[in-house]
Amino acid sequence: MPKLTVEDLKKIREKTRRTTMLREGGEHRAKITVHMGTCGIASGARDIMNALIKEIEARDITDVILTNSGCAGLCSREPMATVEMAGKAPVKYVDLTAEKIKEVLEKHVLGGKIVESYALGIGSEKTDLS
Amino acid sequence: MEEKEKAYRLHLMVCAGTGCVSNHAFEIKGALEKEIKKQSLENEVLVVTTGCNGFCERGPLLVVQPGNIFYQQLTEKDIPHLVEEHFLKGRPVQKLMYTPPKEKTPIPVLSDIDFFKGQVLIALRNRGLIDPEKIEEYIARDGYTAMAKALNEMTPEGIIEEIKKSGLRGRGGAGFPTGVKWEYVRNAPSTNGGVKYLVCNGDEGDPGAFMDRSILEADPHSVIEGMVIGAKAIGASEGFVYVRNEYPLALSRLNLALKQAREYGLLGKDILGSGFNFDIKVHRGAGAFVCGEETALLHSLEGRLGEPRPRPPYPAEKGLRDQPTCINNVETWANVPVIISRGANWYSSIGTKTSKGTKVFSLVGKINNTGLVEVPMGISLKEIIYNIGGGIPEGKEFKAVQTGGPSGGCIPKEKIDLPIDFESLTEAGSMMGSGGMVVMDEDTCMVDVARYFLSFTQDESCGKCTPCREGTKAMLSILTRITEGKGTEGDLVLLRDLAESIKDSALCGLGNTAPNPVLTTMQYFMEEYETHIKDKKCPARVCRQLNTYIVDENTCVKDGRGCDLCKRNCATDAILGEKGKAHRVVQEKCIKCGVCYDVCNFNAVKIE
Repeated sequence: MPKLTVEDLKKIREKTRRTTMLREGGEHRAKITVHMGTCGIASGARDIMNALIKEIEARDITDVILTNSGCAGLCSREPMATVEMAGKAPVKYVDLTAEKIKEVLEKHVLGGKIVESYALGIGSEKTDLS
Repeated sequence: MEEKEKAYRLHLMVCAGTGCVSNHAFEIKGALEKEIKKQSLENEVLVVTTGCNGFCERGPLLVVQPGNIFYQQLTEKDIPHLVEEHFLKGRPVQKLMYTPPKEKTPIPVLSDIDFFKGQVLIALRNRGLIDPEKIEEYIARDGYTAMAKALNEMTPEGIIEEIKKSGLRGRGGAGFPTGVKWEYVRNAPSTNGGVKYLVCNGDEGDPGAFMDRSILEADPHSVIEGMVIGAKAIGASEGFVYVRNEYPLALSRLNLALKQAREYGLLGKDILGSGFNFDIKVHRGAGAFVCGEETALLHSLEGRLGEPRPRPPYPAEKGLRDQPTCINNVETWANVPVIISRGANWYSSIGTKTSKGTKVFSLVGKINNTGLVEVPMGISLKEIIYNIGGGIPEGKEFKAVQTGGPSGGCIPKEKIDLPIDFESLTEAGSMMGSGGMVVMDEDTCMVDVARYFLSFTQDESCGKCTPCREGTKAMLSILTRITEGKGTEGDLVLLRDLAESIKDSALCGLGNTAPNPVLTTMQYFMEEYETHIKDKKCPARVCRQLNTYIVDENTCVKDGRGCDLCKRNCATDAILGEKGKAHRVVQEKCIKCGVCYDVCNFNAVKIE
């Protein structure tokens, strides 16, 4: 194994930033909640979650928290996900597919622009723990 | 190192300190991994083992991140439900969360729980946040940056000045200013071409103290980093960690950490390209209590008999192999990197005028929240016992707390507002020691407590000096006599005389402090000694030879229907009676073993 330099220590810290953020509850740009009630899972919520994880990994995004919650109460429009940009009202997306959620991640989470065609509405009730 | 970090949405932090491990934490971890696989969540959820979380009372523990959700007292059969409900479907499981005694609603988030709320973590800064077996996770939390700063940007004098300014004092017992010690060692002449040594004392021996073990288990790199900084300050190129062999988990994690640090070039030659060389060896102690004393430890390190020698010369002048040696304990070393990276001013803003920073205490005995806590110096006993510790179980009354282990003393409830710092504890007749806190309730006999601690030190006395070897034995026999009802009034005078002279004349700290539990209990609980001697009674009913066991015939017949259990268990046939009828103890035959009292299911056996 190569000997480390002070620069390498920094690189290791950079590389593990996502872990540090996740465990210490550090500042994050957004929180995405995938609704994983029985209805959500049955209509493909797992695919949504997997697509998000893959995308976050591939793009090396370190400041997005990914979480899940139970049924949001609108079972006919599952799979659903809620995007909460830091300091902004949550936006619910409905009838998602893996492709659609990737678009939401790119345009809304990274670009800051709500994808209105998939959105159900802005400012829903809170469904998660925090 | 080039590949991207894998993304998980959840990290499950399983506590794998010794406490939780003995409560089957590894089985819990195995069950979690199995269930996660079953639900195909292995690419979403990561299981991490951490060091001791501190809330040992409630183990096995699991903290879910993000969200800091605290699950406790888990069993393997809880896991399938937990994985499906919380990790798959996003519904946290309330029944596995912590509910404070006397309350009904569980508290989901760790930082909202009283036990954690009042704590300030410096020495334990990484507990529960990193896997101690992965050096990258330590580095991720700014690990080894203080070392890089010390090696590349600071002079030895500058490091010493910073540590002096921080006010850090030794966490192993006596509380000697760390920076001053380092300066002595730096300035002490070596007779062997400038060779000086550095030692980490991990021979934690006080009954009920486990903070050093916990630090080595939860964050071994923090100790290594502190030692490298200290080595640069004093000019040492060789260091030792002395750990007792009874700490297998601490030893294996420390050895692994040393291996990783060496592979990364954070130990060895030319550390981080600074030109500084330093390496650390681990020495396993065989478990003699006296080896925690620095001169005995050094003898043991040299392969000789672990016996102390008179000081001076202090190890700072003449230590290992007769060269200047700096000895600090595990917790002290773990504090060093934080002081270097955050600065002496920040550190000294925590604590009291003379005791800076935080101290780790192990809270054990008659207390609701057994565990490991780190609190700012100057916090009151009351706050530790009632707020963090959650008070005394079963609504009993607090009686005293033994601080500093067998070398410390008992502090009575009248002094519950005492601020915890080096001076206040010494003034109260006790000491900080390594930070053990044994809480006692109304059912504790203080004479028996003194006898217990003295039997410990007597047992551990190395026998080299007469005051400790013979004196503690004489004291123990007097105390035993008193607890058996054979004490005389002259015993108290003799006990105090012996205590004072052992304190003054014993060779090392073990003997010097051994009488402390006796002296403090005599100071604060004299009436209990007198009751034992004059009335031949033990107010707490602990000293069985002073108890008279009788059967309340009414209760025996009415509630127990003369169940005969006491009679069947009596070894000396001292109980008369037959099934269905009242029983009676024949005092002449009774040897006061107390079995009848223990076995009676109807509280019909009373003590007078």
